[in-house]
Amino acid sequence: MERRIGVYVCHCGSNIAGTVDVEKVTEFAKGLDSVVVARNYKYVCSDPGQNLIKEDIKQLGLNRVVVASCSPLMHEPTFRRACLDAGLNPYLFEMANIREHCSWVHEDSAMATEKAKALVSAAVRRVYYHEPLETKEVPFNSNVLVVGGGIAGIQAALEIADSQHQVYLVERDPSIGGHMAMFDKTFPTLDCAACILTPKMTTVGQHPYIRLMSYSEVEDVSGYIGNFKVKIKRKARYVDEAKCTGCGRCEELCPINVLSEFEHGIGKRKAIYKPFAQAVPNKVVIDPQNCSHLKGLKGGKDVCRLCQKGMEKKGIPGCEAGAIDFGQEDKTVEVEVGSIIVATGFQQFDPSVMYPYGYGRYDNVITGLQFERMSNASGPTRGEVLLADGRKPESIAILHCVGSRDENYHRYCSRVCCMYSLKYSHLLREKVPQASVYQLYIDMRCPGSGYEEFYERLQEEGVNFVRGRAGEVTNIAEKPEEEGKLMVVCEDTLVRRKRRIPVDMVILSCALEPRADAERVARIFSLGRKADGFFMEKHPKLDPVATMTDGVFIVGCCQGPKDIPDTVAQASAAAARALAMISTGKVEIEAAIAVVNEELCSGCKTCVPLCPYSAISFDEEKKVSRINEALCKGCGTCVAACPSGAITGRHFTTEQIVAEIEGLLV
Amino acid sequence: MKYYAYYPGCSAEATGAGLGVSALAIAKPLDMELIELEDWTCCGTTAYGSLDESEAIVVAARNLALAEKTGLHLVTPCSNCFLTLSKANERLKEQPKLMAQVNEALAVANLEYHGSVRVRHLTEVLVKDIGLEVISTKVKRPLNGLKVAPYYGCQLVRPDYGFDDPEFPHSLDRLVESLGATVVPFPLKSHCCGGSLIISEEDLALDLMRKLLANAVGNGAECIVTPCPLCQTNLDAYRGRVNSKFKTNYDLPVLFVTQLMGVAFGIDGKDLGLKTNIVPAGKVLANYI
Repeated sequence: MERRIGVYVCHCGSNIAGTVDVEKVTEFAKGLDSVVVARNYKYVCSDPGQNLIKEDIKQLGLNRVVVASCSPLMHEPTFRRACLDAGLNPYLFEMANIREHCSWVHEDSAMATEKAKALVSAAVRRVYYHEPLETKEVPFNSNVLVVGGGIAGIQAALEIADSQHQVYLVERDPSIGGHMAMFDKTFPTLDCAACILTPKMTTVGQHPYIRLMSYSEVEDVSGYIGNFKVKIKRKARYVDEAKCTGCGRCEELCPINVLSEFEHGIGKRKAIYKPFAQAVPNKVVIDPQNCSHLKGLKGGKDVCRLCQKGMEKKGIPGCEAGAIDFGQEDKTVEVEVGSIIVATGFQQFDPSVMYPYGYGRYDNVITGLQFERMSNASGPTRGEVLLADGRKPESIAILHCVGSRDENYHRYCSRVCCMYSLKYSHLLREKVPQASVYQLYIDMRCPGSGYEEFYERLQEEGVNFVRGRAGEVTNIAEKPEEEGKLMVVCEDTLVRRKRRIPVDMVILSCALEPRADAERVARIFSLGRKADGFFMEKHPKLDPVATMTDGVFIVGCCQGPKDIPDTVAQASAAAARALAMISTGKVEIEAAIAVVNEELCSGCKTCVPLCPYSAISFDEEKKVSRINEALCKGCGTCVAACPSGAITGRHFTTEQIVAEIEGLLV
Repeated sequence: MKYYAYYPGCSAEATGAGLGVSALAIAKPLDMELIELEDWTCCGTTAYGSLDESEAIVVAARNLALAEKTGLHLVTPCSNCFLTLSKANERLKEQPKLMAQVNEALAVANLEYHGSVRVRHLTEVLVKDIGLEVISTKVKRPLNGLKVAPYYGCQLVRPDYGFDDPEFPHSLDRLVESLGATVVPFPLKSHCCGGSLIISEEDLALDLMRKLLANAVGNGAECIVTPCPLCQTNLDAYRGRVNSKFKTNYDLPVLFVTQLMGVAFGIDGKDLGLKTNIVPAGKVLANYI
C-alpha cells in the first residue's frame, strides 16, 4: 500500500521555536520520501492543532502521522487518540522529540535545527514500517494493596474500604500509626495528634473491608496494572494474634528492658511489648533480638518464659489467653490486587553525623521526635520537659534546618520544620513558662492555612527568634556564666554579630529524609527515585500521585516531605484514582509486545528464564515458546536473546529500528 | 616507588623548617620520591590575593605551569600553599578568559598553563596514596600511650577540595592512630589558630590560641600535631605571650605530623628538625626516641 505520511512540527510556544527553526524543519520534512504534507503550528497538542491532523487524515488520506514536538511521555497518548478519532490506527503514529532531546538542551540554533531535521527524518523512516496493532482489555481486580500504615496509608485505606472494596493494609511495625502517632500536638491548630489519629486507627482495625497485616512486609510484586500478585512476609510475632487480648500482663512479667524505638531512645520497653498504649492491632509482639527465651533456644536452652508461665511462687499467672507461641515462624501470604498505593513514609535525619551540633555527645541535645515524645503526656516523662538529670531547663534553643538546606546532607527544604519548631516553642512556653526559648532559623517558611498567623502568635508569646544558622553547640565555657551550659554559637545576621547563647537544652529540627531501604522498596514496586532519593511521581505538577508503573501510586512523605494536611489530601487523591480504575472494571493492555513465530522457534528455551515478567512459558507438546500477552511488557529482552530470530517485538521490529537509525544518519 | 612534583613553599624552608626536613625524611621509607619543582617561586599566598586576585593567580599559575611540564601531581606539605594553588587552579579551569589573561602574563617567561595539574596536600597523599596500612608497617617505635590532639587548622579542609569533611575532618586522627598513638577528643580541631592576625590583631589571635591550647590540654593531650606551618608557628612561637597574657602554663609541644611519623619510623631527631620547634618536645617524646 502507498504510504501517505503527514508531518506536524510543533513550536511549543517558544520552547521549541525559540531555538529550532521550525520553518526550515517543515520545509525539510516536505522533501522526505512519502511525505504528503508537512505543517508547523504553535501548539500541536491544542484542539486546533489536533484538528489539523484529523482534517489532513480525512482530506488527504494520510495513513501515517509524525508529530515533532515534546517527549512521547508527555503527549503520545494525545496524538494517538487524535489519529484514532480520525479513523487511523493509533500505532501508525510516531513522535520525534525535538524539545527535551533538542531545543531544551542546545543553545546553538543552527545546530539544533539540523538535529531536529535528523530526528524528524528518523521518525518518518520509522513510521513507514509501522503496522496497525490492536490493544486488548483484561478485567481489573478491585482489591487494593496499601503499603504503610501511617496517616497516609490509613487515609487511603479508609477511603477505599468505605466504598466497599477490599483493602490489604501492610504495615512493617507491630502497630499502625506511623510518625503521627508519636507526635504530641499538631500545628497550627494544636489538636492532640492522638485524639485525631486514634479514631481512624481503630476504624482501620475493625473495618470489614480492611485486612490489616501488621508486622509484615511486601517481598515481591509481579503482574501488571489490574492484576498484580503480591507476596507478603508476615514476620513471626511469637504471639497468636487471634488469642492475644492486649491486656499487658506479659509486659509486666518480662524482665528485659530495652530502649523503645517508638520513644526514640528516651524511654524503655520490654522484650515482649506493645509499642504504645493505643496500638492497632492491640496485640503484643516479642522482639527476638532481646527475648532471653528466644535467644536461649538458639543455644538449645529453655530459659525465662515468665510471660508464658508467670511467677508460680508469687502466685502471678502468665498469659491466660495462651497466646504466646515461641514456635511461630515467618510465613508468606500471597494476595491479588488491581492497584497498589505505596505510603512508606520517611525517616528522621540522624544528626549524629553533624559533629558540631553535639548530638550523641551532649545529653541535652535532642532531636525533634525525642522532644515530641518528651512533650507527649503518654511519653516517658509524662509530658514534662526535663533535662537528662531530671532538672527543668531554664533556656532552650531550637535549631532549624538540621540536615536540610545543607549541601553536605540534603539540599531540599523539609517543609515542615519551621512549623513544628514553632509548635515546640509554643509547647515550651506552656510547659516551662519561666524558660527562655530561642529559635535559630535561616528564614521562616510558613505557607499554609493558618501557618503565618501561628508564626505571628509565637512572636507575641515571647519566643526569641534569631536569624542565623547555628555553627556549633559546645560545652567549652569562655566566661564563668557559661559554665555548665551548652553554648549555641551563631551569627545573628539581623544584628550582624556573632553570638554565644547559653542554654540548657538544644532541640534539633531534623530533616525528613527517604527511608534507608527506599532503594529496595523502589525495586519491589518498580518505582523511580528523584535526585533527593524520594520516590518519583509520574508528573511533578499534573500527575503527582501516579508513578511510571501503571496502577502503582505514591502518597505522603515517601514522595517528598510534607505536612499532615497535604499527606491526607494526596492519600485521598490516590484512593480516588484507584477507585476510578476499579469502576471501569477493565484495563487496556499494551499492544507493543513480543510474539513468537512458531515456524522459526527451535525450542531452545533460551528466552524462558530471561523474561523479567515471567510471561514466557514453554509448550512441551509443540516444543515452542509461548508469550502471555497480558504479562508481556514489550521490553524486548527475549527478542534480542532469541538465537533463531523467532521472536519479534511488535512496534520495535528490526525493520523499524534500522529505518530509524538510517533516518538519523542520512 | 611513587613520584610527585614537590613544592615545599617558603614556610617549610624558614619558620616551619621542621616540616620541610621531616617531609623529606619520611618520604624515603614510604617509597615516595618527592622531586622538588625546579625554580619554584612564591605561591601568591592569601595576602596577595586580597589585594589583587588576578595578579596573585599569575604568581600561583607560574608554579602550576612548571608542574604541568613534569606530568606529576603537585604535592605541597604547606596548608597555605595547598589552598592558594588549589584555588588558583580551580579558577583557571573554570574561567577560560582568566586562563587566557594569565597565559598572556606567563608568556613573558615562556610558560603556558593548560589546567591539567592536580594539586594535593602531603597529608592527603599519605592517607590516600600511601595508605595507613603501609604507614603502620613502617612503624619501628610504636607511640603507644602518647596522647595526641590532631589539629587540622582551616586551610587543609576549607574550602572543600574533596580531601576530608570540612567541618569535622578525621583523616589526621586515623594517621596518628596508625603510628600507635592515642587520639584525644579535640572538638576545636578545625577551628582558627589566628592565622596572620597575630601581626595585626594580636589580642584576638592570642585568645584564639589560648582556646585551642586549653581544649587540647583539658582533654589530656600531651602534644598537638598539625600539618600546617602557620598553625604550628602560632601555637609554638607565641606560646610565651599566651602564657604571660593569660597567666597560664601550657607547655605541650606542637609537632608537625611528619615529625611524629618520623619519630615512630625510628628516624633520628636531628633529621626531623625537632630542634627547630620552640616548645621542646624532648620530655614528651623521651620514651620513643
